[in-house]
Amino acid sequence: MNYISIRNNETIPLSAIPELPYAAFLELNVFSLLKKGPAHCVSYFGYPDQGKIRLICCIANDDQHVIYVSSALVDGAAPLPSFSKQNLVFEKFEREIHENHGIRYTDHPWLKPVRYPYNRFDKNQAIGAYPFFKIESEELHEVGVGPIHAGIIEPGHFRFICNGEQILHLEIQLGYQHRGIEPLFLEKKKLLQRSTLAENIAGDSVVGHSLAFVNCWESLCHFQPDRELKLSRTIALELERIAVHTGDLSAICMDIGYQLGSSVYGRLRTPLINYFQKWCGNRLAKGLIRAGKSDYPLTKTLTDDLLALLEEYQKDFEEISEELFSLPSALARFEKTGVISNEQALTLGTVGTAARMSAVKRDIRSSHPHDLYGELQHQPLIKNHGDVHSRARLRKKEINQSIEYIRELVQTLHVATPAPASLEAPRPHSFSLSLVEGWRGEICHCAVTGENGELVHYKIKDPSFHNWLALALAVRNNEISDFPVCNKSFDLSYCGHDL
Amino acid sequence: MLDNLKILFHQGKQYIPDVTTAAVPGIFRGRPVISAETVSETDWTELCPTGALSASPACIDLGKCTFCGECARVFPGKIQFTTDYKMAVNERNALIIREGDDRVMQVNPGQIRKEISAFFSGSLKLRQVSAGGDNSCEMELNACGNVNFDMGRFGIEFVASPRHADGIVITGPITENMAEPLQICYDAIPEPKIIILAGTDAISGGIFASGPALNRGFLNRYTVDLYVPGNPIHPLSFINGVLDLIRKRS
Repeated sequence: MNYISIRNNETIPLSAIPELPYAAFLELNVFSLLKKGPAHCVSYFGYPDQGKIRLICCIANDDQHVIYVSSALVDGAAPLPSFSKQNLVFEKFEREIHENHGIRYTDHPWLKPVRYPYNRFDKNQAIGAYPFFKIESEELHEVGVGPIHAGIIEPGHFRFICNGEQILHLEIQLGYQHRGIEPLFLEKKKLLQRSTLAENIAGDSVVGHSLAFVNCWESLCHFQPDRELKLSRTIALELERIAVHTGDLSAICMDIGYQLGSSVYGRLRTPLINYFQKWCGNRLAKGLIRAGKSDYPLTKTLTDDLLALLEEYQKDFEEISEELFSLPSALARFEKTGVISNEQALTLGTVGTAARMSAVKRDIRSSHPHDLYGELQHQPLIKNHGDVHSRARLRKKEINQSIEYIRELVQTLHVATPAPASLEAPRPHSFSLSLVEGWRGEICHCAVTGENGELVHYKIKDPSFHNWLALALAVRNNEISDFPVCNKSFDLSYCGHDL
Repeated sequence: MLDNLKILFHQGKQYIPDVTTAAVPGIFRGRPVISAETVSETDWTELCPTGALSASPACIDLGKCTFCGECARVFPGKIQFTTDYKMAVNERNALIIREGDDRVMQVNPGQIRKEISAFFSGSLKLRQVSAGGDNSCEMELNACGNVNFDMGRFGIEFVASPRHADGIVITGPITENMAEPLQICYDAIPEPKIIILAGTDAISGGIFASGPALNRGFLNRYTVDLYVPGNPIHPLSFINGVLDLIRKRS
């Protein structure tokens, strides 16, 4: 075998990952593993090893519920043929490897900077001098938006090329939020510091990223969480999904000027996040997910509160949703706006809601179930048109599905005094991978340990990493005034991308 | 139309009538209180993920604290977090809570610049800049304006352009890549203008404080008018802090 198959949250010795010559590595991942049924690349990264660069590629097979891991050791100085030339889904991954390690690709179609990290290979690259695509024409004009935007929102620069009101091309430049999180995972030695880092990767996906971190860490430390722990984590993840999807529907209403919808969805989110505060003392669930334990166990009182809250929520949620999705002025703005076809979604390798809106059945909860998703027998919901309407409807349907899951899970709560468990030290010379389906899509955390079990490399991939390009393509041929509603219906993360 | 009115009616009253006295639900971790109990100094200072705890006398720096609550779990007799969300102050040192301190935290009138009460007491328009923020403080700042907290009733609003603003609200630890845009935005705001730091990341850098990806030089050049601690800030902490700042006379 020239690759190894692992399950989600499995830790393997580094030596078990087959090392291939680069040509065979390319051949295997691009032409063989990706073709084995519905498969997609969940992570592809490099890190310094023996004075060279170790490349690790992880391809997830969604039917077989396994992840194929293979590696290559390359000399950073020699130019290499790119994966991206053959398959575009590797485009961003290779740009990142190029930016971090200076590997030159001979035939990469779009080898531009990703996020201008402080430890970038080429320090001459400056964020103010990003090489934007240009079209020379007297009829066309450019519109630059950002990095600071009009609302209370994170920074990023959008450069439009327009023909009158129509967008011909959009290029999105990110990196402003870069805080150097991945190296900090190695520098901060205490577990609590690392948990704090994980919940600060993206403050709107606190549960998602914390869960990916603790699942990865517990796997490295040989720790098997009991059912209660998994139950509370699954409920937290679904509750986060309901809360953020509700907030997104509010923002989508705002961007089409439907004030009532925006206010009602906005206020419906409030009791959901206040519930997190009741549970763990923080409205965005910071502090809730911890490796090897829970500082805030679920109690019967808490779950009763949750059921009552969801009952109340659903009544008003259904009422406003019925109105919104039958309102001609709203539908006129939603339908056929910002379309990503099924073919485009597959070519770009989109994940999460940005995949399922275009009939791509990609959902870690069913393909690589973690925590209690195996029990729930999750079936991904999909929409077919890939427009704003599909993205909004999908959120509505996913909210209802998550509410059902919470109701189902709560029935099986068995409150027990948790036995104090202590975490062993992480295994040395190991590789661990964790996938979590957050509300935005798949989150992937990979850890590599060294001689004494210390972290040698920590790789984070937010779903936005795949999906930003989809937004740029979705707005083509739309009016520039539709950009805000397109952007909000994707609701991608800046800080999750910039790290 | 009728359906819309019906929906409106079904919402009932959603706003918080008095944001200065509202109680927060559940186990909110607000202003902490430290007792005189003796604990091992090393255990105490080593515990905190961001170095917010110091010893002799025992202190906690809310500008560094991430409000994870670990110290109150390990030393329940030594430190407790109250549900008091009023934590905004206008002096950096006032964020340090010492052993035995149990006072309401508030803006020091002596330190408020004269222009603030003269120009902004009835209306304050703010520009928000996220400089490496993780979108949690940003979401809570958005929540300040929603129908529940309704900060707009006090004439405090976020505006789209620095040209329309009376001040800047910074979130995030201020990354190197955002240092220049932040400066440009600040320069575009007409005088007089104020600076508010919202959240632990903005006040001290938080968990990122030691990281080489930050450039916090901006803060050395100007006086900060309000510090609002939290990770993220609670909307009530922010609203009460700003009201305290613009309503007090210097």
